[in-house]
Amino acid sequence: MIGFTIWDIVRNLLLALRWTVALSLLSFLMGGTLGIVLLFMRNSRYRILRDIIRVYIEVFQGTPLLMQLFLVFFGIALFGIEVPAWLAAGVALTLWSASFLAEIWRGCVDAIPRGQWEASACLAMNRFQQMRHIVLPQALRIAIPPTVGFGVQIIKGTAVTSIIGFVELSKAGTIITNATFQPFIVFGLVGLMYFVLCWPLSKYSQFLERKFNVAHRH
Amino acid sequence: MSLIVIENVKKSYGNNAVLRGIDLEINPGEVVAIIGKSGSGKSTLLRCINGLETIDEGLISVGDVLLGRSERELRELRLRVGMIFQQFNLFPHLSVGRNVMISPIIVKGAKEQQAREIAQQNLTRVGLAEKFDSYPDQLSGGQQQRVAIARALSMQPKALLCDEITSALDPELVNEVLGVVRKLATEGMTLVMVTHEMRFAREVCDRVVFMHQGRVHEIGPPEEFFSKPKTPELQQFLGMVSV
Amino acid sequence: MIYQFDFSSILEYAKVLEQGVLMTIRLIVIGGVAGVSLGIFGAWARTQGPRWLKPIISAYVELIRNTPFLVQLFFIFFGLPSIGVTITELQAAIIAMVINLGAYSTEIIRAGVSAIARGQIEAALSLSMTRLQVFRYVILRPALQKVWPALSSQIVIVMLGSSICSQISVEELSFAANFIQSRNFRAFEAYLVTTLIYLIMAILLRQILHYIGRRFVFHRPSIVAPKSIAILKGGQA
Repeated sequence: MIGFTIWDIVRNLLLALRWTVALSLLSFLMGGTLGIVLLFMRNSRYRILRDIIRVYIEVFQGTPLLMQLFLVFFGIALFGIEVPAWLAAGVALTLWSASFLAEIWRGCVDAIPRGQWEASACLAMNRFQQMRHIVLPQALRIAIPPTVGFGVQIIKGTAVTSIIGFVELSKAGTIITNATFQPFIVFGLVGLMYFVLCWPLSKYSQFLERKFNVAHRH
Repeated sequence: MSLIVIENVKKSYGNNAVLRGIDLEINPGEVVAIIGKSGSGKSTLLRCINGLETIDEGLISVGDVLLGRSERELRELRLRVGMIFQQFNLFPHLSVGRNVMISPIIVKGAKEQQAREIAQQNLTRVGLAEKFDSYPDQLSGGQQQRVAIARALSMQPKALLCDEITSALDPELVNEVLGVVRKLATEGMTLVMVTHEMRFAREVCDRVVFMHQGRVHEIGPPEEFFSKPKTPELQQFLGMVSV
Repeated sequence: MIYQFDFSSILEYAKVLEQGVLMTIRLIVIGGVAGVSLGIFGAWARTQGPRWLKPIISAYVELIRNTPFLVQLFFIFFGLPSIGVTITELQAAIIAMVINLGAYSTEIIRAGVSAIARGQIEAALSLSMTRLQVFRYVILRPALQKVWPALSSQIVIVMLGSSICSQISVEELSFAANFIQSRNFRAFEAYLVTTLIYLIMAILLRQILHYIGRRFVFHRPSIVAPKSIAILKGGQA
């Protein structure tokens, strides 16, 4: 029986941690981009577009991420394409995070007083211009704390991708546990590493929220 | 024999000395008004009497109970003296009747039926018997404050502390509350009232206390107090405020 | 080549799906009640509890909220036995869900408690109530009223998260889906049907929680209600 040191375990976990971070960043960026698209569509003049987005958000927020992951994984496979785990993970997390981010940002846009819309309309701007030049820049400030907060959710969400075989931190934990028979230590360390990733972000989000709340009191 | 004894009470918030040595004795059945500018310490003094604020030095007692530091001692004290707040502070999730009943039941162990009767009596006393099942948000400010009075009365206190109880009311509602207070006074309740209602103080109170910069600056029966203020600060204060 | 969808092969396994649904319901009912109860305790401890307890609760909340449920579950199910604690899959799943929901609930309810106006507390104290009585009769129900939507959302999230318990062989709905697709190789159909069932369950759960809110949390009886109503109701003798 090969003896494993704690350092062996930690080193291997850290290697997998890279992929957790990479997947999180990818999902955040792609999800954010899709989220903005959804946001614009949500505000559309066309009822059909608004309803589609509402259903999209309902479905992605009302079903388990695990199921979404499986559907993407097996869904793409239906087209005969060999889908690598990281791709399915990326697509699923993108679609999932886009739904939450669109909702969060919609809340921020809604918080902008009607007067802003009215004033910009009087200046003959169309909806797109109103959003882009007047409303979104103001909504951006309010949006930063909850968006940073959701980044924490994305990092935690990547754990589920271990189930389809993507070797991020949790999968590495499972593999290493099977090799070392030390689940308490291994998963303890895995938890610790997620904590080290997430906790600073959580605190930063809270800090930002306090800062903006104070700034809001004119 | 005094009911409420306040002896050399001092209190500071950090470097700010809010009470600089208060000596006051209030007799049973007395109605005492405390007036003064904001920042003079009058509300703070009132809140020290039932322990909502702690004192740094000195001594306060109500009846046979000395103001202590522990929760248990504070609760002993609060059984003897009730408080009415400027913002009423009725419990919004309870009906009027339950607002009045709740403390006798959970603190004094009264039976439901018994508490109900006491509540009915006190609500009748303040003229709101028919509002027993209503909720606070269905009542006007004046009615809410009267419920608050009924709630405090249900604990059968020896004295009531009133912290600017009409200041948050629309002018036309002030009188219905003062009417109740007047009635309590004639029935012999001991009252300590921080108030801006000078006319009321003049008509109902036995003594008026003027507080200035954390001290009892002048004190006396209303006839002298309002017509012949002795100190320049009180003269100025009364000139500022119409009597 | 067009893929032939075959949903009938899924419906053959309707019984399996039904068992899965029942287990998921079991998990969320036990987990939900225990988790929210733990949350109430945690909120009390953080606002009024003994000094030594506060940092422990804070640490617990921060730890759970900043680690994935999957890791928490695996730590409990795989980790505990390795230090001598024997535990079944179901026990591990329920414990993990309770600990998870407990942490989030503590934070949510605590926010509600903090939002209670100080005057309410002062009025209650002036009526000579103990701090515990103040919490139970004056603070708790208004706090729950304020946060009921957020709390309901969190309960739904935990119900959806229970899908992960399939990974430790708890026979809930996701496990049923895995089972079915391993038999008939209709993975996409199996997961599609299961996902739809989850969606329906989530919608129903939200409705149920909304109803519970109206009935017990926001409930305003015009007569004194019978003693049998849940502990969530304040103001009852």
